[in-house]
Amino acid sequence: MLTAIIALGTLAAVFGLLLGYSAIRFRVEGDPIVERIDALLPQTQCGQCGFAGCRPYAEAIAGGEADINQCPPGGDAGIQALAELLGVEPKPLNAEHGEHTELRLAVIDEQTCIGCTLCIQACPVDAILGAAKQMHTVIASECTGCDLCVAPCPVDCIHMLAPGQVIATWKWPYPGSEQRLTAGDSA
Amino acid sequence: MIEILEQPRQIFGGLRLAANKAQSLRTPLRSAPLPERLIVPLSQHIGEPAETLVQVGDKVLKGQPIARSLNYISAPVHAPTSGTVTDIGEYAVPHPSGLKATCVVIHADGADRSADTGLKMDDVFCADPADIRQRVREAGIVGLGGAGFPTAVKLNPGRPVELLVINAAECEPYISCDEALMCERTAEVIDGVRIMRHALQAQQVVIGVEDNMPRAVDCLRRGLEAAGERDIRLLAVPTVYPAGGEKQLIYALTGKEIPSQGLPADLGMVCHNVGTAAAVARALLQGEPLISRIVTITGAGVSQPCNLEVRIGTPIADVIASCGGYTEQAAHLLMGGPMMGIPLPNDRMPVIKTSNCLLAASVEEIPPPPAALPCIRCARCTEVCPAYLLPQQLFWYARSRDFDKVQDYNLFDCIECGCCARVCPSHIPLVQYYRFAKTEIWDLERQRTKADLARQRHEFRVERLEREKKALEERRAAAKKGLAARPKSGDAEAKKAEIAAALARVKGKKTQPATVSAMRGSADSEQGPGSDTGSDSR
Repeated sequence: MLTAIIALGTLAAVFGLLLGYSAIRFRVEGDPIVERIDALLPQTQCGQCGFAGCRPYAEAIAGGEADINQCPPGGDAGIQALAELLGVEPKPLNAEHGEHTELRLAVIDEQTCIGCTLCIQACPVDAILGAAKQMHTVIASECTGCDLCVAPCPVDCIHMLAPGQVIATWKWPYPGSEQRLTAGDSA
Repeated sequence: MIEILEQPRQIFGGLRLAANKAQSLRTPLRSAPLPERLIVPLSQHIGEPAETLVQVGDKVLKGQPIARSLNYISAPVHAPTSGTVTDIGEYAVPHPSGLKATCVVIHADGADRSADTGLKMDDVFCADPADIRQRVREAGIVGLGGAGFPTAVKLNPGRPVELLVINAAECEPYISCDEALMCERTAEVIDGVRIMRHALQAQQVVIGVEDNMPRAVDCLRRGLEAAGERDIRLLAVPTVYPAGGEKQLIYALTGKEIPSQGLPADLGMVCHNVGTAAAVARALLQGEPLISRIVTITGAGVSQPCNLEVRIGTPIADVIASCGGYTEQAAHLLMGGPMMGIPLPNDRMPVIKTSNCLLAASVEEIPPPPAALPCIRCARCTEVCPAYLLPQQLFWYARSRDFDKVQDYNLFDCIECGCCARVCPSHIPLVQYYRFAKTEIWDLERQRTKADLARQRHEFRVERLEREKKALEERRAAAKKGLAARPKSGDAEAKKAEIAAALARVKGKKTQPATVSAMRGSADSEQGPGSDTGSDSR
């Protein structure tokens, strides 16, 4: 009887210490699921989901406060990826938050720009360069196409344009979507 | 120690195709006439495009650099002849996308005067390998087999090289430019191989040719004897398409297999095309950068099939015209061979560094593809795939856009040789599916990189705004403190004096002559807000 109590007590103490040590040693900073959801979001930082950026939306999804179909830039592919990660059924994009469009980048008409800096303040990724009463310009490689700079512009000089196709980023079309003679066909 | 086989092996899979090389080898190699106008693209290689060094109106000399390379994986571009730069702009280039790219247009003056390039080396075989690499880089030499990878990078594999493989197999039907080069410029080829061997400090060298080009083998053998070169092996590999693939040729010559996604350098080997070797010799021994190349012009659609030495930038129409023009049978125009070539929408595009062949094919040579039928899982594609892949699985996953799975099946080991599509009884355009999947995967990677950058920048911005807000609050708190610290006693007297002083100032302004104040009115109103903001900021 006593032996059993001592043995079980020792075991409990050992495991207790082990678990206590592990809790400190292998402590996980932050919520890893938030990181994983955030990694799937397009980082447009447009706020169309109703949250102040992609990370807050990821936190809301993780906390069960938001649904997975609120991100228009991510589109159906993004919803699919989130559904796979979270083990839920994918659903169509919620139209309340907008509709999925191809990526368009902000372009400032530099002739019209009055240098008010309002767009600079609106840009969530600091992709607009300029100063008060100086012409502004968009750093194209850093623009996420979030549209947030368009509304504040008092002279409507910001346009969202589809980026031009260049050879370096050109993609082969899906076979059959375009009549084209290629090596595979020609053989 | 890498052992070169006595009896080269046959590669796995592949196809025996009709060579169709004889028609272009009937006439000896000659130079194409100098065109009036050359269109020289800035990106003719793998890597970053070169940056222009000239402006419209500049006079250039033959061999003068017109664009420089700023990145390690890039190559400069040189003026192919002397003349005047008449435009720098977007022109159609031979690329499957049909998109335009930046080109320098040169109007030839006909004099063909050379610039002093400074590439020539007197004692190249005693020179420092780093010096050789630098000059190869400056000469703008890229792999001439078709891929266009900067040669200087491949001359610096970052580890000891035991075996240098010279790829002279030229396995694709119709293409005979390497064979013509080996037969007619044997000495240049051998010099180039020796320079490359020295630059790489390679212990062994082997030239791999296909066994259906006995004349080239003969010429090279005699050339090697004449040069007293006993250490360069020459081997004829069994003729099977695609024995000229890098990994395939290495297997045929050494029996070694390059690991999936690996490089020959992982096994202490480096593979260079024979045309590239000749270009290196030309640059370092004669001081001529890469401004021309040998192009096979062939197919039933061209009157006089032949091999021509063509200046880079020559419009394809001019090249075809110097071969007697098109015949009535001409139906397709391809750059490259019938298996891997890219179809060209027109002949206004220029010849570039990687244009090994211009194929004007008839409908019989390249029949229109029958409609694709469903895959019946016959596995004939698996039998012919020289990269040991499962083409039907790759097709399956590429078709359903399952890009993770398609990579699990080693999509990136596919060399796009087209054997699978050729044997497919359902006529499925398999290679198109693989190319589609590859470019989609690259695009996803680019998007991921961009998203990471956006995340980083957004987080930084949030942090900065937070910091600025905090700093503002601190300033406000400090200002409040300062205000509270002001002495309050006797303030009634002090305030009265202050108000009186202010009133006096206003009065003083008003008593100024009316005309002056009217004249200065606008100026005052402009100054007003300015002084206000000044006091605010204090």
